[in-house]
Parts: sequence; structure tokens; C-alpha cells
Amino acid sequence: MQQSIESQRVVITGVGLAAPGAANLTDFRANLLAGTSGITTIDLRYMGTYPAGICEFAETRYRKKRENSRGTRAGCISVYCANEALNDAGIDFSAYDRAATGVYIGLTEHGTVETENEVYNIGQYNNDVNYWTHHHNPRTVLNNPAGEITMNLGLTGPHYVIGAACAAGNAALIQGVQMLRLGEVDLALCGGISECVGSFGIFASFRAQGALAEHIDPTKASRPFDRDRNGIVISEGGCIFTLERLDRALMRGAKIYGEITGYAMNSDAKDFVLPYGPRQRQCMELALRRADLQPSDITILNAHATGTKQGDIEECNAIRETFAECPHTWINNTKSSIGHAMGAAGVLELAGNLPSFTDHQVHPTINLENLDPECALPGLVAGIPKQLDQVDAILNNSFGMLGTNSVVIVERFVAK
Amino acid sequence: MTRDEIKDVILEIIEDIDEEADFANLDADAPLRDQLDLDSMDFLDIVMELRKRYKLQIPEEEYPQLATLASCVNYLEPKLKNV
Repeated sequence: MQQSIESQRVVITGVGLAAPGAANLTDFRANLLAGTSGITTIDLRYMGTYPAGICEFAETRYRKKRENSRGTRAGCISVYCANEALNDAGIDFSAYDRAATGVYIGLTEHGTVETENEVYNIGQYNNDVNYWTHHHNPRTVLNNPAGEITMNLGLTGPHYVIGAACAAGNAALIQGVQMLRLGEVDLALCGGISECVGSFGIFASFRAQGALAEHIDPTKASRPFDRDRNGIVISEGGCIFTLERLDRALMRGAKIYGEITGYAMNSDAKDFVLPYGPRQRQCMELALRRADLQPSDITILNAHATGTKQGDIEECNAIRETFAECPHTWINNTKSSIGHAMGAAGVLELAGNLPSFTDHQVHPTINLENLDPECALPGLVAGIPKQLDQVDAILNNSFGMLGTNSVVIVERFVAK
Repeated sequence: MTRDEIKDVILEIIEDIDEEADFANLDADAPLRDQLDLDSMDFLDIVMELRKRYKLQIPEEEYPQLATLASCVNYLEPKLKNV
């Protein structure tokens, strides 16, 4: 059977998100354009106070407090984002079958928070394991944040999570595109979630690596590309997109945010934590080839840009080489405003840039007071937004530990 | 604890699990799970809370004795008499 081209084109039709400082795309975009940081502080067991990104959203809008208590913070964020995305897309399941809906969620890690809490809890009872909660296993199975969505929405298609460190949000998006193209599902809820601000261990481990940001003013702690950057600001968050095949989206008159035309993933095969620019460059170039685009066709490049010394330099080297002859490619990052939302980072950062197709602005990187010469890039947008006449394509980088790299390209939707 | 105090504790624990639990027409001799929105995990929450509050170790084979409000009180009365 010959498939129509429209059935192989995949579009984003809905966005649901919870980010530090915003609980919907409109507010998130406004913060990014205004250069407003969403970073505050958190006081953690054993750690003390550190800059962190915390999400405030209507936690009981889509399920009861009781379900939130039984489930996980990741599940709570997931359920909120999934419902918001469906509402934004105008999907009420009259045009889609719940059994043909897939839920694909990217996670950097899961279960760390719950395990730390239980170890602490039984410590109050002389480490008697009779006090270990019966909720531990359903909370910590890796599919938990995706499964909580299916239970909440009665979705009976496949659900699972993709573990790809901080490339996981993009990886889940890629999974959704592939499953739609294969015809495995007709609607995909894809995105990334992170609850990791609840874990002292994640903060402590970054600190032990010398990669945990500190600053007297938390809003200035996340400063990618700045000479005085000193590491990552850890954030929680979530973002879920509704993805549909173009023919079905057009049939129901859906609003289309953009079309996913290219993607790639590869591995450094080198180091547990240090990123590797040459492989990142190969990943970007593979995504461009698959999208049938030249580097100069990219209007906005959202850099991964975590704010670590080595990570930013590696990525800037990769970008500088691939985009050497691209005077009309503009580069920004999102972590300067919201910190590093781990598994949610890739998708939240893509979401924050999607409105540029309609408002034609490139949101800036903030907290860039003294540019590190090794991070100098010709098209870097810093401090204030860049107004353009048109935005055609966004390239979104997301890289993770153990050397997992992901790139997603989204183009302005044009009927062909 | 008196029988009334034990009953109040059970209802308080259930209310902590489900703040919307409605006790207005609760039949003390009918199974709690048939009348309230409680499942097996909620039931284990009740057992855990009794363990945390009173160091009660309730063996699994005795869980059926916690089925109704009246049977809960009967079962717990001797165990909590000195509390």
C-alpha cells in the first residue's frame, strides 16, 4: 500500500508544560522574551540551600490530591502536562482512539527521589524495613510517569519511557515521530519530565563533580557561555507535545505549531560525563541531512548550554564548525532562564522557541555579562530578543551523560 | 483507648488517605471497601499508619479482621487497651 506523503509528515499540534516560573506556553514565552529568570532556591536535606528551578502549577486541576499522594511528583507533572497538551490541541478523543494513542516520556532518571525518601523514612524507625512503603515499586518502576498519564486519561495504547540522560526529551519526541510514521499509533503524547530537585543525591553528585552552580543571586546562577559560569542549576519541569500525522491533523482542522522534519541521535563512546563536540557536530549534521536542509537554512539554534565549563566549550566548537557560513542563523539557549530540567530540558526548550514561528522573535540567553571567548558565536542572541522577518527552522540540541546526543529540527509548517 | 477512640482513629486515618471520604451513612458492620473508595493499596496504608502510630505489627493473615469498622474496633481493642 502506498502511503501518502501527508501520512509520513508529523506535526506538533498541542503543548502542555510546567517550567520554573510558568505553567503554560504563553507565560513561558513571555518570560523568555523578557529575560526573566524562573530560578529560586531550594533547601534540601543534608545539602542546605542551593539555586534551583521549582514549578508551580495547578496540581489538582486534572486529578485529586489523593492520586498525587499515591503517585510521584513526576507523575503529577506528567498528568498536568498531558492534559494541558490535549486541551491545547483540542483533542477530546472523538477523532482519535484511546487504544491508538501512544505515550512516550523521556527521563534522565527516575526513582531517586522516592528511594532517598524511603531510606530516610525507615531511618526514623531504626531501619526496620517493615516501615518501607508498599508504594515504592509502583512509584519507582521506570514507566511510572508515563503510566500515571494513561491511568488518568484512560489511554490504552502503548506507554513507556525512554532513558537518555538529558537528551531524553528529544529522544521521546523522536520515538513519537517514528511510531506515527510506522502507523503504530495515530496520536502520540511525547515529552520529558523531571522531578530531580527532590533528590539531595543529584545535587551532591553535581557538586562533587564541581558542576553545581552557585551564586548569591539565584536568578544569576545559570549563566551559560559566561566567563564566570560555575555549573548547572538543577530544575524540575515537564513538557508534553501532541504529535499527529499531517493528514489527520489537517482533517480535524488542528492548529499546527510546526513540523518535525529532521532528527538524529548518536553516541560519543568516550566518557561517562564529559561531552564531545565532534560527535555533537556529526549529530547536528545527520539531522540536517535527514531534514534535507543546509546549516544556513536553520534560523534558530537552541544550544544545550548547561553552564558547565567544558560542556559549553565543546558545544560551541561544534556549532562554530557546522554553522561557520551562516550569517542568518541565530543562537540562543534556554537554561540561562530556567536552569537544567534534565529529561524535560530538550522539549521545554523546543517549546519555548516554537512561538518564534509566529512572533518572529528569537528569545535571548540571559546572565551573559562577560562572554567567554571560547563560547563566542557570531549569531549569539544575548540580553534582548532579536526581531526577525520570518523564522523557518529551529534546531534543538540536547546532550546527556554517557555521551548520548540528540538533535531535533522543527520547521515552520508550509502546506506542500 | 476506648472503642470510640479506636473508631475515631480509623476514620481519621481513612480521611488522611481520602479527604473526600463520606462517613455519613457508613454501616459499621459492612465492609469498608464496599462503602468507601478504598482499594488494596489504601488498605495497606491503613495497616502502615497503625504500625507507625502504635508499633502494631499486624500479620497478613489477620488483615480480614480489619474489613469492617466494627471488626477493626473488635480486633484493635485488646491491642490498644494500654495506649
